[in-house]
Amino acid sequence: MEPFRSVRGGGARVWLAAAEASLLRNLVSQIMTLVEPGASDPPSGAGPSRGPSAGAPDDLDALEAMLYPPGAAQTPEDPVLARLLPDAYSDDPEAAGEFRKYTEPALRSAKYEVARQMLDTLPEAGGRIQLSNAEALSWLKALNDVRLALGVRLGVTEEFEQDWAKLKPDDPQWTAYEVYAWLGAVQESLVQALA
Amino acid sequence: MSTAPAEVDLPRSANKPVSDRPWVTIVWNDPVNLMSYVTYVFQHVFGYPKKKATKLMLDVHHKGKAVVAAGAREAMEHNVEVLHGYGLWATVRQDN
Repeated sequence: MEPFRSVRGGGARVWLAAAEASLLRNLVSQIMTLVEPGASDPPSGAGPSRGPSAGAPDDLDALEAMLYPPGAAQTPEDPVLARLLPDAYSDDPEAAGEFRKYTEPALRSAKYEVARQMLDTLPEAGGRIQLSNAEALSWLKALNDVRLALGVRLGVTEEFEQDWAKLKPDDPQWTAYEVYAWLGAVQESLVQALA
Repeated sequence: MSTAPAEVDLPRSANKPVSDRPWVTIVWNDPVNLMSYVTYVFQHVFGYPKKKATKLMLDVHHKGKAVVAAGAREAMEHNVEVLHGYGLWATVRQDN
């Protein structure tokens, strides 16, 4: 990689080796699978009844439910999804569930969309890539989601560098730590290019 | 690094009834998000100048969380949706 540089008039450019582009495409695709709307359990009727199945529904509620079908109210069990789609209320599970039902589908779509935009602008062969401001913002968000997912899986702490230094190079997690550190460098250079 | 309190001005609320207390958007520390990225997000989402955005980021980093905005409940919920889109760990609550 040659780090991101700002582009006169907005946006950013980077140079990636084919192996780096391939790695990024793989990781971003995994996020798309994870957050794809409708990928998780259907709503199980938790929380106060609302919508067309709730007995004699209010007309507006029924219309709203048809236009914006609510998602699940529960915090995802997968810790990675729980981090990508966090509770909006830390001390009020009922409010958190209500909020999630009506906002999580849109948040999933937004995360899916930035990941898709990153894939669309990331050639498999790598090379020199120039991004508009909007494309660069999608990369920034998608890269962050990849780092969040990997960080949760690795159990990353504030002492990441020390934890990594303690691993032997033949440790099965060593490569994942290396990838995580590299992703941080990629994202850091993109932030600096856009700042 | 600075550990001065956040610069967001909150109305004094100790003597007000619950319904009058403002709602707040809180951002929590996490070990993954880059400090530069969090600062960038505060600048771009809230339009804060870099100095204020950096100070709030440091508050999150050193104190574990910071109030980054205050106002009507709906506006704070909207903030949280936007911040979740950026991958920040944000929550809403009524100020107490």
